[in-house]
Amino acid sequence: MKILVVLKMAPDVVEELDIAPSGTALDPRGQRMVVSESDEHALEEALILKERHGGKVTVLALDAPDVDEVLFAALAKGADRAIKIKGAAKGLATSVAADTLAQVIGSELGLTPADLILCGVQAVDDLDGLIAPLIACQLGLPFLGIVTGLWVDAPGSRAFAIKEYPGGVRGEFEVAIPAVFGIQAAERPPRYIPVAKVRAAMKSHAIECIPAPLPVNAVTPLIQVLAMRKATLAPRAEILEGSPDGVSARVCEILAGRDLI
Amino acid sequence: MTGNIWVLAEQWRGRISEITYEGLALGRELADQSGARLEAVLVGHNVRALADTLGRADSVLCLDHPLLAEPVASVYVDVLAPLLAERKLAAFLIPLTNVSLGIGSWLAGQLRVPAVNFCKDARFVDGRLQARCVLYGGKIEAEVAVCGEPAILGIWPGARPPEKGRSAQPPAIEQVTVFPDQTPSVRFRRYVEPARGDTDLRQQEILVGVGRGIRNKENMALAENLAGVLGGVVCGSRSVVDQGWLPLSRRVGKSGLTVKPKLYFALGISGAPEHVQGMRKSGCVIAVNTDPQAPIFDVAHYGIVGDVIELLPALTRAIRARKPPADDA
Repeated sequence: MKILVVLKMAPDVVEELDIAPSGTALDPRGQRMVVSESDEHALEEALILKERHGGKVTVLALDAPDVDEVLFAALAKGADRAIKIKGAAKGLATSVAADTLAQVIGSELGLTPADLILCGVQAVDDLDGLIAPLIACQLGLPFLGIVTGLWVDAPGSRAFAIKEYPGGVRGEFEVAIPAVFGIQAAERPPRYIPVAKVRAAMKSHAIECIPAPLPVNAVTPLIQVLAMRKATLAPRAEILEGSPDGVSARVCEILAGRDLI
Repeated sequence: MTGNIWVLAEQWRGRISEITYEGLALGRELADQSGARLEAVLVGHNVRALADTLGRADSVLCLDHPLLAEPVASVYVDVLAPLLAERKLAAFLIPLTNVSLGIGSWLAGQLRVPAVNFCKDARFVDGRLQARCVLYGGKIEAEVAVCGEPAILGIWPGARPPEKGRSAQPPAIEQVTVFPDQTPSVRFRRYVEPARGDTDLRQQEILVGVGRGIRNKENMALAENLAGVLGGVVCGSRSVVDQGWLPLSRRVGKSGLTVKPKLYFALGISGAPEHVQGMRKSGCVIAVNTDPQAPIFDVAHYGIVGDVIELLPALTRAIRARKPPADDA
């Protein structure tokens, strides 16, 4: 069984985000890029599937700042092959990224047919679409999203997946494979890998680089970002300032005033 | 006049989702602005009775078939794509929820039409549809123009008050005959109900919500101590539950539970829309976060910019001094 995992780099939303002088994009200067959170879970689920059923895990990513570290970390965790696509479109166009990835998946020797394609369910910058259903659409494969559990039957012709619904309800689905899954969360938390093992992977493994199949300028954008700004959704909270003891005393007054203590 | 405005009337387990009414309210504004008709699209099986609740629309397209009983994205797309291709449409508003996620992206990919996710607002400007979207975990807003029709707008919860999308007036109903694939590649098997947890968060008056800022499992004891002196219960955001630091029954948010306690502490929670959707109606929200720009401070009544690990011992100590825990009484 082949398991292909698509990894996407996205700005770290824990850090402060600034708008570029153009006013239509984030300022990349000083911006920390991390692998999209649900993509980490997609990789973990792939490694769990490999442990459970055997097979090979290939990770695939578009070129982006710090993506090499992420790919080497995936190899250190147990992925068998890492591929970086160079020269693809940058920016917010998830649809263009999906087209590029689908072309690579559909055409590159050794990737067809991948029995399972795992993507994160959603990234914080998926402005013009979600990558998993877009790849499924391009490849004509089945898709199921918001998946939190996945296993295959013995002959390897069907997958069974758990999808999350509101209120903690889950649904069990049967999916013909090959198929694309949007992973919300792996069955276990993503495994920790020490930096030393990542460094060792850098010496013992190589990342395969391939050119993007689509010329970026040939793509006609279907949406246009007119402006970006920091969100101000509502009147902000009253900020309590001071030492931990000082603000704690103030919180006590607030709670007492509301008969909560 | 542009094409009609469609809203996917999301139904799940026999009920119309609240976000459907938010979509109808926004869709009504767009239709009135452009002089087009607003049509709700109801997909499912034996759902005809639900159509009567969609009166904010001018009419309801009812796609009823046994194979549409459960909302499977690929099966829905199978019947919706031909309909979109044959009718003149300016925009299709689709809830971006756990039930409907994937339908919009797939439709856009298949029909090669523009899609915009995380939409909180939309309007026509000089005849061109523009949307306001919330990106990067709620930290950034983007104004986006679409280039082409129909545009698929993924509607984010909170776009409009749901009551603005309700009407007692029954709409006109058009039954649309559909022929879904008889052998779908994705088949629903069964629902798995949530395991009964040790406590029902929805019944609690005081909740101590914990997010990624708590850093590790060992620090969860700090939150437990605070909950203990308050007589409350610890709950968490998706990231904390996914790490295995809290059971699934303690998750608050879009795919977890929606709570309305009198007091909600948001400790190290950034305020991503996924979480906020589940706690924004709390009576009093006190948020602690190291990031002064964290969206949680837009939801909270009181905010403390700081490290929860440093604050929690002092806060617990101060509250204990005023209110002994029930166990010690």
